[in-house]
Amino acid sequence: MKTPSTSEIEQVSMRRQIKTTYVAVHDADGSWRWRFRALWLHRELLYFLALRDIKVRYKQTVLGAVWVVLQPAAIALTLTLFLGRLVQVPSAGMPYLVFAYSGMVVWLLFANSLTESSNSLTANDRLIGKVYFPRLVIPISVVLAALPDFAINACVLGLMLAYYHLVPAWTLLLAPLLVVLELMAALGTGLWLTALNVKYRDVRYTVNFLVQFWFFATPIAYPVSVVPQRWQAWYGLNPMVGVVEGFRWSLTGEGPIPARLLAISAGMATVLLLSGLAYFSHTEDTFADFI
Amino acid sequence: MPISSNAGNSTAICCESLGKRYKISRQARYQTLRDTLSEAVTAPFRKLSRGPARDAEQNHLWALRNLSFEVKHGEILGIIGRNGSGKSTLLKLLARITRATEGRVEVYGRVGTLLEVGAGFHPELSGRENIFLYGAILGMKRREIARKFDEIVEFAECGRMLDTAIKHYSSGMYMRLAFAVAAHLETEILLVDEVLAVGDAAFQKKCLGKIGEAAHAGRTVLFVSHNMLAVESLCTRAICLHEGAAVLEGSPGFVTGTYMKEWLPKYSETLYEDIRTAPGNEQIRLRRVQVRPQDGASGGQITVSTPIAVDLEYWKMDADARLDLAVQVQNEHGIVVLTTGKLGAQAAPAGLLRGTFYVPADLLNNGTYQLHGFVFMNGGTIATTWDDMATFEVLDTANESRGTYLDEWPGVVRPNLKWKTELIEPLPEKWNTR
Repeated sequence: MKTPSTSEIEQVSMRRQIKTTYVAVHDADGSWRWRFRALWLHRELLYFLALRDIKVRYKQTVLGAVWVVLQPAAIALTLTLFLGRLVQVPSAGMPYLVFAYSGMVVWLLFANSLTESSNSLTANDRLIGKVYFPRLVIPISVVLAALPDFAINACVLGLMLAYYHLVPAWTLLLAPLLVVLELMAALGTGLWLTALNVKYRDVRYTVNFLVQFWFFATPIAYPVSVVPQRWQAWYGLNPMVGVVEGFRWSLTGEGPIPARLLAISAGMATVLLLSGLAYFSHTEDTFADFI
Repeated sequence: MPISSNAGNSTAICCESLGKRYKISRQARYQTLRDTLSEAVTAPFRKLSRGPARDAEQNHLWALRNLSFEVKHGEILGIIGRNGSGKSTLLKLLARITRATEGRVEVYGRVGTLLEVGAGFHPELSGRENIFLYGAILGMKRREIARKFDEIVEFAECGRMLDTAIKHYSSGMYMRLAFAVAAHLETEILLVDEVLAVGDAAFQKKCLGKIGEAAHAGRTVLFVSHNMLAVESLCTRAICLHEGAAVLEGSPGFVTGTYMKEWLPKYSETLYEDIRTAPGNEQIRLRRVQVRPQDGASGGQITVSTPIAVDLEYWKMDADARLDLAVQVQNEHGIVVLTTGKLGAQAAPAGLLRGTFYVPADLLNNGTYQLHGFVFMNGGTIATTWDDMATFEVLDTANESRGTYLDEWPGVVRPNLKWKTELIEPLPEKWNTR
């Protein structure tokens, strides 16, 4: 029997390889199914880019994680001193410090992922001009990279609860869902802003302003109850209202779930994410021309 | 290996009447929201006054237009052309980095792009971390990178520095590492743009070798280069782009040869027709500078083995002035390769004069040269200078000293020095291993 030569074996395997990795025809196939498949194929890139952002953030900082803790703690302490003690703002039955700090922990995840994702495309301009991969990988990786900071601060919140001898209710198990909701809202807004930022560099300047404005429109330093009942539905259009309120509720488990606020916020977060995805996908093919 | 002949039957890339139009922004590189808003407000009025068609045409540039070609699996296609002829745009369209304005692209197979070596490296991360990051950016799987890790490190010759942040790397080491990662990308189609322009000669040779390896393994390579020799030796076919369209297509030797003869500017000439505005002073004014092959009538290219003549035509207005010319030849790195001239306060009548100097063959290396003129008065003081009188290109060519070596020939000059090899004594019997 004749044994196949090495080159014949290689020919066969080569042909098979070409067949199986046939990705084919890449013009104008912008279907969502295709987009998500491309994203899935690049999941490792997502991981490495997120890892890069996390590593770089802590390299060459002397205090590292201390900075992460310091920022929300300092703001929460300031709020406690001025609003909690001096103005006597109500705090929904919690110690004001816990009230403000829990709000800050949730808020900073949103604020950081929003700010970072808004700048993400322009920060990676060389990549976009020179290599192809689904552009969605960039803003998503940035949002994922914001999670470790959140985890650290959540641990500090745990310590704070222990100090006050507060035991979280079982409803805390629902908190991850709120985090998902929050990331949806942050990513949705970030997708809009970062895609706009490629073409219009003014956007960068509006982001800081937007985040500050958003901070005051979110119940961090004050409880939702100070907003009149008839305005509450409108107030809930800010998806962070539902997230922060829901997070505090999940901590204590007291009273009914703020279902109406959560529903409005979840709806709004979905709208933001879907519209952001649509606008991003509509413009992503031309990013390289403008960046 | 005969794989290429087997795989060569199926289409890898097919382009049909491809076009890419860029918008030229008038002043700023980035649009601001204000511009767009003010444009939106004024646009209807402008349309009324000027008509829309003219306005639209003026602000656009077609980087590629009506380009059609096909590449079979296993082919190595060389793409040549001047700067701005659309070569890089073409690779970007094929790589999906940007979208074509018109036409159609079909690509069959995984595409790897090497448009810029090291795009995606992060200076703060270590060599090890960057290998994984860059690999992932180029589309490699983590397991694939891990499997080839040792090979990559060996290719890049950076084993000792692996855990050092790459901002501490020398530029050569940085490039080596980047290319090493990219060279281990195993896609059916590889798009390569000018990566060989970096690194020292030895490393360039290594890179060329790696591309050649890819070719032998039956992969499809599109190779954009200014290095005609590399295109000739590596590619199976070549196309030449000019102003966004393919003007030549065929065997690499034919395309590069015709391109050098017909599509590159023949020789450099600068002409100042108006004597009043020509560079100079009231005693002397420049009229024409021409760089040509010495056997002028042939009108061929200037290569490293062409004797060159440089003509300087100038008006001498003052019959009594004693003026001498000198010329500096400067290469693209800003190094003055030589200065030539005859100083001695020579007398000459007034009128249109021509001075010619000759540069022998096998003196200048390949590259771009600039000529700077100096006019000396009374044998010593500089009366006037003519900066950047002319620019010319000396092309590389195959000659006997090269043999089969095709990469850069380092050196400020490239004389064809005499070599002699002789036997001093035969090898003693005890060391003869054969």
